[in-house]
Amino acid sequence: MPEYTLRIRRYDPQSGQAARWEEHTVELSARSSVLDAILKVRDDRDGSIGIRCSCQQAICGSCGVRMNGKPGLACNTHLEEAARRQGTGFKAPQDGRRNMVITVEPMGNMPVIRDLIVDMDAVHWRKIQRVTPWLINKQPVPEREYVVPHDNMVDVTQTMACIQCGACVSDCLAMEVDPLFIGPAALAKAYRFAGDPRDAEHAQRLNDLSQDRHGIYDCTHCFNCVDACPKGVEPMNQIMRLRRMAGSDHKIEDDNNGYRHEHAFVKNIRKHGLLHEADLLPDSYGGKFHPRAVPELISSLPTAATALARRKMTPATALGHPHKAPKEVKRIFEQVEGRPERVELNLYVSGYEDDPKHAAHTDIATALHPETEGQKS
Amino acid sequence: MRVAYWPGCVSRGFAPELHGAMAAVAPLLDIELIELDRAACCGAGVIAEHNQELADTLNARTFALAQQTDGELMMNICSTCQGAQSECQERLDANTPYREQINANLSQEGLSYQKGITNKNFLWLLVEDIGLDAVRAKVKRPLTELRVGPFYGCYIVRPVERLGITDARPRDRYMHLVIDALGATVIDYAGVYKCCGFPVITMNKEASLTQAGRHLGDALDAEADCLVVPCPLCHLNLDMQQPATAKVVGRELGLPVLHLPQLVGLALGLSPKQLGMSKHIVRPTSVIDWSTSVVASA
Repeated sequence: MPEYTLRIRRYDPQSGQAARWEEHTVELSARSSVLDAILKVRDDRDGSIGIRCSCQQAICGSCGVRMNGKPGLACNTHLEEAARRQGTGFKAPQDGRRNMVITVEPMGNMPVIRDLIVDMDAVHWRKIQRVTPWLINKQPVPEREYVVPHDNMVDVTQTMACIQCGACVSDCLAMEVDPLFIGPAALAKAYRFAGDPRDAEHAQRLNDLSQDRHGIYDCTHCFNCVDACPKGVEPMNQIMRLRRMAGSDHKIEDDNNGYRHEHAFVKNIRKHGLLHEADLLPDSYGGKFHPRAVPELISSLPTAATALARRKMTPATALGHPHKAPKEVKRIFEQVEGRPERVELNLYVSGYEDDPKHAAHTDIATALHPETEGQKS
Repeated sequence: MRVAYWPGCVSRGFAPELHGAMAAVAPLLDIELIELDRAACCGAGVIAEHNQELADTLNARTFALAQQTDGELMMNICSTCQGAQSECQERLDANTPYREQINANLSQEGLSYQKGITNKNFLWLLVEDIGLDAVRAKVKRPLTELRVGPFYGCYIVRPVERLGITDARPRDRYMHLVIDALGATVIDYAGVYKCCGFPVITMNKEASLTQAGRHLGDALDAEADCLVVPCPLCHLNLDMQQPATAKVVGRELGLPVLHLPQLVGLALGLSPKQLGMSKHIVRPTSVIDWSTSVVASA
């Protein structure tokens, strides 16, 4: 059997000692899990290694860790797969052990309790509680069961697949610089209810999540949570759905420039075809002469002056725009935006017609549905 | 090699040096660029978050225009375009009724997108279609002693499956390989695969510039001479915003950031000025001593 080296990060904050790396070799098949290896080391060599686990079948969500720099469940990651990973900050060994070494660390963005165990209560669960994670019934409650359209239910099933392991929270790059960001897991949970036609408070939920300075518009669109999730929840895609509902369906003008930026961008492309950055910045703040925009424009003057002096910008590109949208582009905007209902293809629902790995969760004909509040309710 | 060429918006807006550098480098690599000058913005994810059908129609139009050039290969020089367009293409290719609906939006113009076009960032084309051996053979001025930090950003490395990153095609290591092929030294630092912060610059400027500042600081601590980026939006946050970023993170920065075609162009013998490097906010021409960092072999 192949011999793998586990490099485990050991840390006990109560001890007052710095974190350290410990190496253990284990002989296990390449298709054994990283959790198998950690438990073997714990059972055979050092019973003090802290690891949280329970079901060992990717259902309980307890054993989230970082393996070679990428987050995931230790129980459903094969040793050979973990050893091949090269995540952020991971340095592959330069000797012959390449592809045989697995660095195991606690998840990020959450304080370490001991070794591989992080404090989920302090971060993850607090954020989940923040988004009112339960259904608020419409009143009066119907006498018989509430029938939800099938494809609509499949849509929210994607977020219901979340097992609360925290892998997405671990590597959220927005949370890394803004710990108050509500974050991918909690916002996916928020879509589970904002996208559920039985919920009575879509508008209030969307308004709350848009107006929060650390809400839906704080996501940097980095896709880390999409790749991190072991259950295919794609939290970032749910955040984008919340933005579409807030900005396009409910037209919520938030205080964070989220709505204004989105609409300024769309207007900019409708007019110019290509992005005109000099207009986008002030328009995202409400327009060149808006009190919100003025300090921003003043603060960017030194950079603009440097850019003009170095011919990065010219007076023509700073003030005007050499491009005008072709009439065909303007027509597309009118045609698509003029529809009474927005059309959205949800690949989680429709699947990929040529790819059995991504089979449809429902009949393809029903996947192509207009996504509007009227339809959903 | 003939490619339908999509330069994107920013390379013709606030990062004109990128468009110029690509135009200067292409003939040296025997790439013939057929510029798609009637195509529109990819939407950068923002139009898709407003109206998915609108973003998909605009990008299907770009693909259809590329297909009209008789090309099966389209090249971009912007990771954000790569990511946004790959996302739209995934939907268009996954579902025939949806593709037909989008094509109906284009029919008035006589355009139609057919499955099958390959859309590659210059980085991918460089490694997969030109090849590192061919690039090495064309190097006139190895970038010896230049310490370069690759900054991939997000859109060109995630999500892994959509972008076709596999063991056989390790696209998330390509910048490392190119830097090495050009004779420079790859600097590893914490920010290699992180977000530059640009997407939230108007919504949360402090978070945005803190992101940029950390990566610049980490690269400086690792003694990088410069960063190289495959995305002009990353360049805006890392170079154009660098003076503001320095104030937010409270440290002196002054780290030059090069566009990928500029780094390639330098090794192929073009001068920093020919590659528009004097247009940057953090001037690589004054920060790096090119006479010692770049050793002329010819």
